[in-house]
Amino acid sequence: MRSFSELINKLLLTSSRNRKVDVLCDYFKNTPDPDRGFTLAIITNSLEIKNVPISKIKEIVRETVDEELFALSYDYVGDLAETISLIWPNKENGNLPQISKMIGILKNINKNELKRKIHSFLSIANETERWALIKLISGGLRIGVSSRLAKTALAKFGEKKLDDIEKIWHGIDPPYENLFKWLCDTGPIPEIDLKNTFNPMMLANPLEDKDFINLNYNKFVAEWKWDGIRVQIIINDSNIKIFSRTGDDISLSFPEIKSLEKDMVILDGELLVGRNYIPMNFNSLQQRLNRKKVSLKHIDDFPAFVKLYDILYLNNNDLREKNWEERRNLLENWYYKNKNEFFDLSKIINFNSWKNLTAIRKNEIIDEQHEGLMIKRKSSPYISGRPKGHWYKWKKDPKTVDAILMYAVRGHGKRSSYYSDFTFGLWDGNQLSPIGKAYFGFNDNELKILDKFVRNNTIKKFGPVREVEKTFVIEVAFDSVNSSTRHKSGVALRFPRIKRLREDKPTSEVIQLCEFKLEFL
Amino acid sequence: MKWINENLYISPINTYIDPSKPVENAIITHGHADHAKPGHKNVLATKETINIMKIRYGENCAQNFQELTLNKTLKIDDVKITFYPAGHILGSVQVLAEYKGERINFTGDYKTKKDKTCENFEPVKCHTLVTEATFGLPVFQHPNEHNEIKKLLRSLELFSKRPHLVGVYALGKAQRIIGLLRQQRYDKEIFIHGALEKLCNYYVEEKIFLGKFLKTNLKDKKEYQGEIILAPPSAIKNVWSRKFEDPIICQASGWMSIKQRAKQSLVELPLIISDHADWNELTHYIKLTGAENVYVTHGREEAIVHWCKMNQINGLALSLSGREDEEDL
Repeated sequence: MRSFSELINKLLLTSSRNRKVDVLCDYFKNTPDPDRGFTLAIITNSLEIKNVPISKIKEIVRETVDEELFALSYDYVGDLAETISLIWPNKENGNLPQISKMIGILKNINKNELKRKIHSFLSIANETERWALIKLISGGLRIGVSSRLAKTALAKFGEKKLDDIEKIWHGIDPPYENLFKWLCDTGPIPEIDLKNTFNPMMLANPLEDKDFINLNYNKFVAEWKWDGIRVQIIINDSNIKIFSRTGDDISLSFPEIKSLEKDMVILDGELLVGRNYIPMNFNSLQQRLNRKKVSLKHIDDFPAFVKLYDILYLNNNDLREKNWEERRNLLENWYYKNKNEFFDLSKIINFNSWKNLTAIRKNEIIDEQHEGLMIKRKSSPYISGRPKGHWYKWKKDPKTVDAILMYAVRGHGKRSSYYSDFTFGLWDGNQLSPIGKAYFGFNDNELKILDKFVRNNTIKKFGPVREVEKTFVIEVAFDSVNSSTRHKSGVALRFPRIKRLREDKPTSEVIQLCEFKLEFL
Repeated sequence: MKWINENLYISPINTYIDPSKPVENAIITHGHADHAKPGHKNVLATKETINIMKIRYGENCAQNFQELTLNKTLKIDDVKITFYPAGHILGSVQVLAEYKGERINFTGDYKTKKDKTCENFEPVKCHTLVTEATFGLPVFQHPNEHNEIKKLLRSLELFSKRPHLVGVYALGKAQRIIGLLRQQRYDKEIFIHGALEKLCNYYVEEKIFLGKFLKTNLKDKKEYQGEIILAPPSAIKNVWSRKFEDPIICQASGWMSIKQRAKQSLVELPLIISDHADWNELTHYIKLTGAENVYVTHGREEAIVHWCKMNQINGLALSLSGREDEEDL
């Protein structure tokens, strides 16, 4: 665990991207298999240790450290792994096993010995190892290394193309010994099973006003950005697999989607719920997400279908190098041949100038169905990741409301010890009713102002939550509002963020909850 | 607390300890800005603290200065005042006040660890202890300071071309880091930001060995390759630090034990070296004094008060305002 813990500590404290890549390269160079592969899996979130629940760790800590002192410490430090690593009072001699062995032990640990073993590991570990061990168990390192960055380091380490690594990434498994063989030029590029492997998607960049000036509208097509979830669909011999944007297999949540197609095809589209290809709102789709078991009633109430955007493979032929127009033709051919109730084409919007498209965006958008527009370059191949200059998303304008700051909680990760998680509300008669929470949207300077306000204006504390004087108005931006039975206010905001601080605005000018509902619901 | 109140006011002699606003009579525990303010009429302090105040605020920052030597008792009316070393920085003291047989000890800021740049801490028995609690949470257990300094020296070996910029508080921490480096036999010159110069010179005047130090005077970017440069944390965060080529940003502070804190301040090499007592020092000392009452002036008072309760000691948080965590500046 020593070299693994030192690696992630170093990565956390290194802010330059290039230096992080160098640190990782060094590690891959100096660490043998299978340790380096397991480390890679942890950094890229490809390996989860499920049988040590974090609640057990908390239990062990509670039995060892005074509960109140732990709670105060956790509130101050803001990170569970760090708090435990710093507060742990016991010491034992010995060395922790190396990372690959540790993962093996944790994966096979049985319930009876779990507490005793973890207790002993925590005591043997030094403070950084303890921190790393808990991060390993709880998952999600939060050390500022994306899996993209890890792959960039792999490419540099093996002098290979990043895109080649992306293409095979979802078809290989920890500890990636065949990958490292190829990177070290002692083996061929790993072969992957196309029929079961997610291919990283092509993503869009937000459209900025200055882009318009430089773009020739002739070279682009537009379509609606449907408000569902982006999926990749692999059909082979009537079998169908559905992957989310991050590569999670979500086929089981949508068992009704079928195709009789025998030939292998990989499609890109938006999964929605609705009838006759008319989408219901996102709230309805949410009823279908993250369910392990799907009832017939759910399928009846919220039937799923897919609006097709693109095609990546047909009959084992990789189409990704072809330009959008060629792919669109192939997609349309496939669609007309295999028409069924689950697949619809995402239609292309005709426009003859940017001005024209601007008007379409303004006048024809359907709030419940569209997130905005997609603008795609006709000559672009399908490139995984978020390449610049190919696809643009032009979201609809956010809605805003001025609300009053009510509660705050300390943040985690890089915002630990700042009050950065805010609950805000609107008037309901002469009382305030909370309508949502936001923890981003503000810049560092605004965060400092908010943090200071919370510290100087706390009127009550409920554990980690601080109630503040109701004097601070903030402008909240959000994508949409849904009615909600779970929230007392009866509304739930989608994607709320703090757009501006309105220290100038008196709280008496903040609107009533009923006015808000009238306007937005 | 009949004859003192929550503002650290000793009523029988109309005197405040470390007052945050100008008063008639002030006892100053040490020269850090959140304890020593200019503008009092009469100041009682150690010779070193008085000198530090004069260096920082000018000769006339108080109307009258009165020195009190360590371990000597001064009787003012019915109150006896004695200074004991606090081990925090040069000149720092705990203030023992005795009145009608009751002993109240004000720790000021303190640490019990040995430090070659100031008098070592001396424990004092008392009935009531008025203590700081800057690091009053059990997550704060400062590691051995020599090992921390070795981290810096190892990094210098590893990255021999990169200047090492170390963020340090100008008074106390800067000189302690230099002293610790000398104890590790680091005998090259050490470079300092201009803001540290006067105080470093003063430490030398007081016969504290710092070896050779020089003010930075940057002409060529390549000049400070592989050197140690000490500067206030604020300078490291602003444009001043951009004059150096590819520096490693270090910071010496007790807060550095929290990785996320280090990351927030973009510190690449955190050095956990503190001039304050950590959790174990704070709680051991509370026990050692035999105090029945413990008042916590500033810091993480809730945890110390809770610990007192667990140990059948009366604890009370004073939550003095205006006390910054000076290492945080």
